[in-house]
Amino acid sequence: MNNVLLLIPSLYVFVLAAFLGYQVISRVPPLLHTPLMSATNAISAISLVGSLVAAGANYNRVSTILGFIAVICATTNVVGGFVITDRMLRMFKRRPAPGKKSGEA
Amino acid sequence: MSAIGLKTLIELLYLLSGVLFIMGLRGMSHPDTARHGMFYAEFGMLIAIVGTLMQREIVTYDWIIAGLVIGSVAGLAMGLWVPMTAMPQRTAFSHAFGAAAAALVGISEYYRHTGHLEPFKLGALGFEVLLGSLTTTGSLIACGKLQGVLPGKPLVFKGQNVFNMTLMAVTVGSFVSLFVFAQATWVFYLMIGLALVFGVLLVIPIGSADMPVVMSLLNSYAGLASAATGFALDNKVLIIAGTLDGFSGFILSILMCKAMNRSIINVLFGAFGSVTEQTGAAQTGEMREMALEDVATQLAYARQVVFVPGYGMATAQAQHVIRELADALEERGVTVKYAIHPVAGRMPGHMNVLLAEANVPYSELYELEQINPDFPSTDVAMIVGANDVVNPDARDNPGSPIAGMPILEVDRAKLAVVLKRGKGRGFSGLENPLFFKEKTAMLYGDAKDTLTRLVQAVVKL
Repeated sequence: MNNVLLLIPSLYVFVLAAFLGYQVISRVPPLLHTPLMSATNAISAISLVGSLVAAGANYNRVSTILGFIAVICATTNVVGGFVITDRMLRMFKRRPAPGKKSGEA
Repeated sequence: MSAIGLKTLIELLYLLSGVLFIMGLRGMSHPDTARHGMFYAEFGMLIAIVGTLMQREIVTYDWIIAGLVIGSVAGLAMGLWVPMTAMPQRTAFSHAFGAAAAALVGISEYYRHTGHLEPFKLGALGFEVLLGSLTTTGSLIACGKLQGVLPGKPLVFKGQNVFNMTLMAVTVGSFVSLFVFAQATWVFYLMIGLALVFGVLLVIPIGSADMPVVMSLLNSYAGLASAATGFALDNKVLIIAGTLDGFSGFILSILMCKAMNRSIINVLFGAFGSVTEQTGAAQTGEMREMALEDVATQLAYARQVVFVPGYGMATAQAQHVIRELADALEERGVTVKYAIHPVAGRMPGHMNVLLAEANVPYSELYELEQINPDFPSTDVAMIVGANDVVNPDARDNPGSPIAGMPILEVDRAKLAVVLKRGKGRGFSGLENPLFFKEKTAMLYGDAKDTLTRLVQAVVKL
């Protein structure tokens, strides 16, 4: 039962990340909800980390193949997600000022 | 480097990567800082990947490199060439991919340790695979619906909810029995099969108009599946990133539900939009058509015009022409604004992205609460392909299925012009009393075509 204790630090991280996530995400304006979704999507493809280990660790044939497919899926999300998020964010512009003074916030 | 030193270094890299993700999402709180923020997040991802590749468990790089290359090419192709109008489908598709990756990692872990998993690790793995599997198929169905490959109408059959509940109970039951019969590995695979089927059944009864909620929910599931992976692998950065995604999706689903004044349960199991017989009296009166030239005159001599886009704008690809019309009007000194309902379109923020694509500055995009007080002083409200989000029944008729849903109060404007393909009802199948009001004028035809002719007419005036 000692092993259950190993769960506790993970639980800490989860709960704190949840609170932090709530605070950070609540401040995102509806204007950016679509880019937010594709950005978090790219970020959650962090499961790539697990896939890489499964694909490269040579545990057994099945794990390697499953890991390989997972690497493809996750990488597609990481690359595609970040590229498309940036493509969207580039489109959000302030009113083009008549002069050449674009305000920095 | 010693094994312990290396492990510490990798853990520190993961920590840094987690911090960068959070900073990245914090940038999202304003369009001016968002791009900058994303660079942090991208850097964080890079660090996490580099850290992982340094792990001693990894002995062969062939499969990894192959996977990274194939994935990068596919991702780049998708990222560069998917049109903005197809953003909901693409997002649904990538939810499927993310969830599949999590599920596959879980299956691989289970296969490797079959029979001698500690209960809490088994729990995390089971949760990961369960969520991952149902999100994969659910997202693919959502993607099919959004792409139009599958019918957008809810698919319902008799006893659907009972059947789904039973299926869910059996799935959860097999999950629980994993703990009791650790050697019965077939139960694990049965659970995956059931979860895959459940994902399909969860989404098919949901109509396209409710997709913003479904998308957010699937987003949340995909994130939580990643977080569960973190628990199973004891990897903190996975937990952080997955949880951020999970909560982001969760918050969005709540916002979307609020914007429709419905509960998540109602969205998931209500099969909304399948209703064809409406209660309440049929609308009396006639819809008034207005000549295009007259609308053009009204627009040209208005002081304030508010555009109200809906999903119809996306299907007609009309966002660029709207911008042209707005430009022509602004040149004449008309104030132009855009009113964005939170659930207009098929995913959160859908309309904003399309209008941004058409070079509409974001300072002209107004949210529901900001714009509603403006309608009484608006001369013309132009409704382009929106229906339910401007249905006054939601406000006035407590018996309406959408009663209580906050709407854009275009009926308070001096004139509401509705651009509509035909005389049919909207997606939800609801009658819209707005169309019969005295201050409402209809313009039938393809929105893009109508708007193009309006631009020409306005310029000539």
